[in-house]
This record gives sequence, structure tokens and C-alpha cells, in this order.
Amino acid sequence: MAKTLAEKVWDAHVVRKGDGDGANAQPDLLYIDLHLVHEVTSPQAFEGLRLAGRKLRRPDLTIATEDHNTPTLDIDKPIADLTSRTQIQTLRNNCAEFGVRLHSLGDAEQGIVHVVGPQLGLTQPGMTVVCGDSHTSTHGAFGALAMGIGTSEVEHVMATQTLSLKPFKTMAINVEGTLRPGVTAKDIILAVIAKIGTGGGQGYVLEYRGSAIRALSMDARMTICNMSIEAGARAGMVAPDQTTYEFMKGRPHAPQGAEWDAAVEYWNTLRTDDDAAFDVEVDLDADTLEPFVTWGTNPGQGVSLSQAVPSPEDFGDENAKAAAERALQYMGLEAGTPMKDIRVDTVFLGSCTNSRMEDLRAAADIIRGRQKDPNIRMLVVPGSARVRLEAEAEGLDKVFKDFGAEWRFAGCSMCLGMNPDQLEVGERCASTSNRNFEGRQGKGGRTHLVSPVVAAATAVRGTLSSPSDLEPAPEPAAIRIDAA
Amino acid sequence: MEKFTKHTGIGVPLRQSNVDTDQIIPAVYLKRITRTGFEDALFSAWRKDPSFILNQEPFNAGSVLVAGPDFGTGSSREHAVWALKDYGFKAVLSSRFADIFRGNSGKQGLLAAQVAQDDIELIWKELENAPGTQVTVDLESKTVVCGNIVAPFDIDDYTRWRLLEGLDDIGLTLQQEADITAYEATRPAFKPKTLPAKLS
Repeated sequence: MAKTLAEKVWDAHVVRKGDGDGANAQPDLLYIDLHLVHEVTSPQAFEGLRLAGRKLRRPDLTIATEDHNTPTLDIDKPIADLTSRTQIQTLRNNCAEFGVRLHSLGDAEQGIVHVVGPQLGLTQPGMTVVCGDSHTSTHGAFGALAMGIGTSEVEHVMATQTLSLKPFKTMAINVEGTLRPGVTAKDIILAVIAKIGTGGGQGYVLEYRGSAIRALSMDARMTICNMSIEAGARAGMVAPDQTTYEFMKGRPHAPQGAEWDAAVEYWNTLRTDDDAAFDVEVDLDADTLEPFVTWGTNPGQGVSLSQAVPSPEDFGDENAKAAAERALQYMGLEAGTPMKDIRVDTVFLGSCTNSRMEDLRAAADIIRGRQKDPNIRMLVVPGSARVRLEAEAEGLDKVFKDFGAEWRFAGCSMCLGMNPDQLEVGERCASTSNRNFEGRQGKGGRTHLVSPVVAAATAVRGTLSSPSDLEPAPEPAAIRIDAA
Repeated sequence: MEKFTKHTGIGVPLRQSNVDTDQIIPAVYLKRITRTGFEDALFSAWRKDPSFILNQEPFNAGSVLVAGPDFGTGSSREHAVWALKDYGFKAVLSSRFADIFRGNSGKQGLLAAQVAQDDIELIWKELENAPGTQVTVDLESKTVVCGNIVAPFDIDDYTRWRLLEGLDDIGLTLQQEADITAYEATRPAFKPKTLPAKLS
């Protein structure tokens, strides 16, 4: 029978088939290939194992890192916040007790859990990947079925290496065409969320397809899959192809030799069959897409950057109207204001959505040779210690520092208001992260979700801007000297 | 887990859509390593506003939350469910729940009952017209009763069965351990292991 990519990966992991739809019918029991762990959602799960006298079944399929609580400055000093320090120490104790591999602050492989997995080559096509973190959907970029789980499920995976799951429905997101310069993967996913809504993907696995997706790098595909959860979908996927294999080849945990060949042979089968049917299909035109930005307090409240802040009256649905009114009040915005007139205080380049090499390079290319708006504070936070090292090897740290940005150590940083990097009350931020919820980046903070290049252009101009709004950069200094 | 068959308590109308888990419990409370004691964290930003529904009697003693669509979106934090339970909520009604939140609720014995938005609107009006009205949520018959309103609700059969029986998920799965071991024997050799660690 013809199958979608998601159905193929699902079927390959069924330990025990569920028994249908009866009153106490059990769902399918699925095997989990990789369990990623971090300090926030794991302490109560480890404690549960201890209380029940259970073992962690497969430490060799489990890996942990520290990211949410960690500071991005002074990482060689003890963490100042006592509860954060306790939570990190608890992870270290638990990993030692249960034999889990841990990459701690200061380690070259430490970083945001969703940057670390792919970077080590642990995320591979056709796998099931889970983590107590909703942005686990990131790993779907490799053609893995990857989803966020709660702490009870974390404990369940620790004890059994499986999850009981009801099958998902499938949704194709077809993105055809060619992105214009200055338009990125982030704009695709923000446009998808605005189109289907924050609940539109609920109960579905999304598969991103079409020529615009095939043309994207792995870093960009991760950006898209990362925010599947913002459309309500627990998982998003892209079928693996040559781009995937080139990214993976030679990574520490990628298969080698004959195993690589066997793996590729299997991975090549991981595509939706031509005659397979999705439950729903959604089309997006890449050719006409513009840089996208959010104006409200949920990720579905977005518009093209060239548009204006919408009016609550624009929404037919009473709930959407009320939500828009509330969002405008929280965001301190007037309906009708051009988005490009909105002045921001802070620019944040980082998070599991946009903190990989391609993101840093794209932003650096915009700001190179330019000066930051003096009223703006810009934080640049690489997704992992490895990304930071790689960026420094290319001299990107110098580009950011010369521009006037702060070059930080790796972690979740200003994405979520859990470590020292937070907005002040009323502060407005252009952020490459994934959530613009009330207070997400700090109590009373106001978030506009943007791509890395829009973040960079905004840092130059001080107002929400796209790269095309910038004056041409001055010629490099060396050439000017020659001309003189 | 405690068995859940039927609960009656004061209904709390929360006229808001897209209540994300950052609102239910901000990240700053997630630094704790305990599983209980989160009642102070529930809706902590909104509770600073005196007009917020949980700052009003008799709603502050409520145990059935009646919310707008797309409840529990965003972060996977199970702390959101713990905070609702610790405050005293036994059930949440909404026309649409985020997947992860609904899953977490089922694991923790908080009933996430999916009720049609038209019925939610009727219940909101009833609770606002007569504050303190009790809402009964009956898992056996999958119905909600509030004043004269009787509305059906949806919940998946497996979660309903586990809640009615008060069953421990891990214990159930470990009964299938032979199947898990058999599956493990068939996994291809090229699948990665985290140990021994390989570094770049």
C-alpha cells in the first residue's frame, strides 16, 4: 500500500500494533531510537525511576546537554542563580547515576539540544527522536519522526525506550517556486503558521515538500521543521536527499564504510510514495513570499514586513478578534502602523530556530561594514559551543563585535526567559526565536519573530527592516585606500 | 494514578483562545526539581491583575476550567498540568487542545475534555450569569452538566480507560517487555548509539 514518509517511519518502529478502536484499545507501541535530555524536563523523570526502582533501559540511546538555564556570559564561574545551579547539578548527578552521556557547560559539544544532536550525526533519517522539549520537531528535517514529549513520557521512554502513541494524520505543505533574495526558511514557516493557524496542524505530522524545500540547506530545513509545533503539529518532516547525506557524511556518529552504504540504501526509500494520499494538503507560493514578521502574541499573528499592523476588525471570528485586541494592547501597537515604522530596543540572534552556521553567516553578511543603530542592543548567541568555535574560525565573531553586537556563549539564552538573558518590562525585541507569547522573553517583554537577515537589517536601522531597505554598504576599507 | 470517574466543582470561565503553556506557567518556575508545589506559579503573570478571573470569588475556588480554543499550545512543559492540578483543577474544557498538553494531562489524571465551542459559549454565559455554578464532568458518560446545559465531550478511548482505571502507563508498557526486546534484536546495525561517545 502506498505510504507517506511519516507512515513509513512510524510503521518501521511499531513494537506492538495497537488493537483498534475498542473501549480500552491500546494504541501502537513505538520504539524510540534517540532520547535527548536537558536539565528542565528531566529531574522529575529521573526521580520517578528512582522511586519505582526502575533502570534507564538504554543509556546508549540517550544523550544529555545543558541549555535552558545556562548563562551565556562568565560560563567558567558557578551559575549565580541558585535554583538554576541546583537544576544543572541535579542533571549532572542523574546522568552520573544512570550512566547517561552528558555534555556540560564548557564542553565543546554543549549547546542547545536540537543543535547538538544533528551536529554529532546522532540525528539520522528514518529515526524516531524524542525529547522533553516541543522543538524536538527540528530533527524532522532529516526525515526523522521527531516530537516533543512531557516529563511523564520522558520517564516512560527512560524506562521502556518506547512510547504509546495514537497514529497522526498527515498534512503536506507544498512550497513551490524560488525564494527571492532576503527571503528565507524562517519566512516560509512564519507564513505557513499564519496561513493554517496555531492549531491548524494539531493532530497532524507535517511534511514539507516542493521545489522551494528541496533547494534549502539542512540548517534551513531545521528552521522550518523546528516551528512545526507553532502550527500545532507535534512533528514536521522533510524527506532525506543528497543535501541530507552531504550534511551527515563524516559526522562523528554517522555510519561509516559498508554501514554508510546500507544506511543510504534504506534512507533512499524514505520518501512519500507517488500514489500516497495525505489527509490534507496546503500550498504556499515561494515566488511571491516576502520577509515575514509577527505583530501579536502568538506565532500565527504575522504579516509581511511591508504590511501594516492589522486591526481587530479585520478578523471575522470573535475569538480571533478578541485575541487581536488583547495582543495589540500587550504589544503596545496601533492598528494601521506600518510594520517597518516599529522601533525595537533589542535584537536577538539565536535559539534552536536560528542559531546555526548558516544563520550566523547570513546575518554577518548583512552587517559587515555597517554600524549598529546606537539605541539597539544586539545579542548573538551561537546554538552550540561547536558552532561558536566554527564561527570564530571564520571570523564571524569579529564581524559581530565590530558592528557593536554582544558575542555570547551557547545556550537557549533570550528565547525563553529562564536564564539571565531577558527583556525588561515594555522592551521590544526583534527575535529570531520561535515564540512571541506574552512574557516569553522576560516579564512584560514584547517580541517580534523575524528571520536572521531581518534581525540584522533591523539592528542597522533601528526599526523592523528587511535587507532591501538598507543603503549599500560602504566599500571595504582596503579598496578605499587603494582608490585614494 | 487516582481513578477519575466523575467530578463536580465550581466552573471558571476563561474567555481566551490560545492560552499557551508559558501563560499557564512562566519558564522561571521551571527551575524547580520537584513535581508538586506549583500552585503559586499557575497563571502567575495574569494573577497579578486584580480583575483576573482567579482573583475573584467564588472562581478562586474553582476546579473546572472552561477555556477558549487552542488551550495548552507551545512548550511541552508538563509543569503546566502540575500547576493546574496543584491549584485544584480536576478538569479543563476546551474546543481544541494542543497535542502535547492533552497527552501530559492524560498521564497526570487531569481530564482534558474536548467540548464544542458552541457549548463552551453556553457554559461561559451560565458561569458568568451565576458565578459559583457547579460543573459536573462525567467520564463514564462523557458528558458535562452545567445548570440546564448538558453537553457531550470527546476524549480518546485509551486515555479514558486509563483514567477510569487509574492505571500507570509505564507499568502497562513493561508488561510488553518481551516485545520490546524482540524488536531491539531487529534494529539495523547502522542506527547510531550515543555510547561510546564519538567526538569531532
